[in-house]
Amino acid sequence: MTVTFTRRYKFSASHRLDCEALSPQENRDVYGKCNNPHGHGHNYRLEVSVSGPVDRATGMVINMADLDALVGQSVVERFHLANLNVDPLFQKEVPTTENLCRAIHRLLTGSLPAGKLDRIRIEETENNFFEYAGEVALG
Amino acid sequence: MILLTRKAEFSAAHYYWNDAWSAAENQRIFGKCANRNGHGHNYTLEVTVAGEVNPQTGFVVDLKQLKDVMHSEVVDVYDHRHLNLEIPEFRDRVPTVENIAVSAWERLEGKIHGAKLERVRVYETPDLYADCFGADRSGSGASR
Repeated sequence: MTVTFTRRYKFSASHRLDCEALSPQENRDVYGKCNNPHGHGHNYRLEVSVSGPVDRATGMVINMADLDALVGQSVVERFHLANLNVDPLFQKEVPTTENLCRAIHRLLTGSLPAGKLDRIRIEETENNFFEYAGEVALG
Repeated sequence: MILLTRKAEFSAAHYYWNDAWSAAENQRIFGKCANRNGHGHNYTLEVTVAGEVNPQTGFVVDLKQLKDVMHSEVVDVYDHRHLNLEIPEFRDRVPTVENIAVSAWERLEGKIHGAKLERVRVYETPDLYADCFGADRSGSGASR
């Protein structure tokens, strides 16, 4: 039976939403306070969901310690206490949390030691969150 | 179709151990969870059912019935128990959060009248949970 295993992580980062293709006025109109020139930050909560069969010997979809090590090295250490705008991933993309979901999906997909990456969910604040499951319909 | 979710809590002890492996192998794979003295969690069980709203009652399912079934089939069975030592399905199934979700699904399936069991989610801590969608549903986003 397929089970989805989800683990939550946290990291704090700064960003500024500013699109090169738009004029300064257009950027202010589109992004509002998020366009303020010196950036601002969030305490992000990241959920990583991995689906697959439960291994009969271990009782696990994926070993939590292995997942923690992978997400820790490739995501949390990369973004925690960092400025997202200077990360190479965001040189051509605005570091909205939508794009952050897709970037983290790309960083993790194919790297998991077991199971399949099911979805990435990021809470930017308690009141707004974003989910990305690859190019499939979310339910 | 409407999805309806109800939560309940239970507290239980467990440890992770596979009799087919050496003590060293159990320690390597399961780490601190392999301590045979056990440890415990406050688990949260979330049961989601799917169905149409009854035009007369306005219910998908009677919440009292759902609560009673969750308690009689899962919470009352697992609460304040040692899962490895006292619960039959964990004699040959490591009581990970994944397997607790599968076992809770198996205990609940067919017991909720008037709606379809859609998802069983079990939180071991606020930062760790497993979802079971039953045997006929893959866990991929595409199928949900």
